[in-house]
Amino acid sequence: MIPLEHYLYISAALFSLGVFGVLTRRNAVNVLMSIELIFNSANINLVAFSRFVEGALGGQVFALLVIVIAACEAAVALAIVMSLYRVVKHVNLDDAAELKG
Amino acid sequence: MESMASAAIFYGVAALVLGSALYVVVGKNLVHSAFALVAAFFGVAVFYVYLGADFLAGAQVLIYVGGILTLLLFGVMLTNRIYNLNLRSGAIQVVPGALSAGLVFALLVWIIQSVDWGAMDVGDPGPTSESIGRLLMGDYLLPFEIASVLLLIALMGAAMLVRRRGGSS
Repeated sequence: MIPLEHYLYISAALFSLGVFGVLTRRNAVNVLMSIELIFNSANINLVAFSRFVEGALGGQVFALLVIVIAACEAAVALAIVMSLYRVVKHVNLDDAAELKG
Repeated sequence: MESMASAAIFYGVAALVLGSALYVVVGKNLVHSAFALVAAFFGVAVFYVYLGADFLAGAQVLIYVGGILTLLLFGVMLTNRIYNLNLRSGAIQVVPGALSAGLVFALLVWIIQSVDWGAMDVGDPGPTSESIGRLLMGDYLLPFEIASVLLLIALMGAAMLVRRRGGSS
């Protein structure tokens, strides 16, 4: 049986990779992919704790709600990215700084 | 012997997930990154199976691979000029980014090692769909309803945001 800590290590590594992607990628869609990785790492943690604690199926319910919110986030964020593309003809996050003071 | 094989498969899948996640964040080609993300999502579904969360594993494959990933692929295709076949994505601030992510990882590992989780395997819970359904309709009814309203608002908002301006509709 895989111990709880190994799930936590995998999830921590996945989270750090997601953070690295968010910090370094220039393409907005690629940043969204990195955010999905972060969502998945959080979900692994929730489900792992729900398995290793007696009578805690709530973790799985939470993970399900996280998946729903990830779907909402992807839909709205892609809509914003499309609108951005329509205005400036690229989705480069560094150059989309028109609102910068 | 069987548990050894299962552990070997688990760590193989873990390597697959982390490898494809790494490709997602450092790969140069956006479409390749999206397909690496498919592998990562499938690997996470395998983790759910290992954790006895059968319903979540199915939901993960259906929603992430079937829904969100298709959406992301459409995003890749629609936000690049179609004649631009190589769809490159550059990177900036690689060294500070790697430093920050490494710091986050070190912090998380330190926390995982220093806390006594008191975890014990409570055994395979069996099929979970029924219990999850009862929880959603009972204890977690309010979050469930809020999530459904949020989904409705988000989808309507997304449709409104990408609507062509100035048309008759």
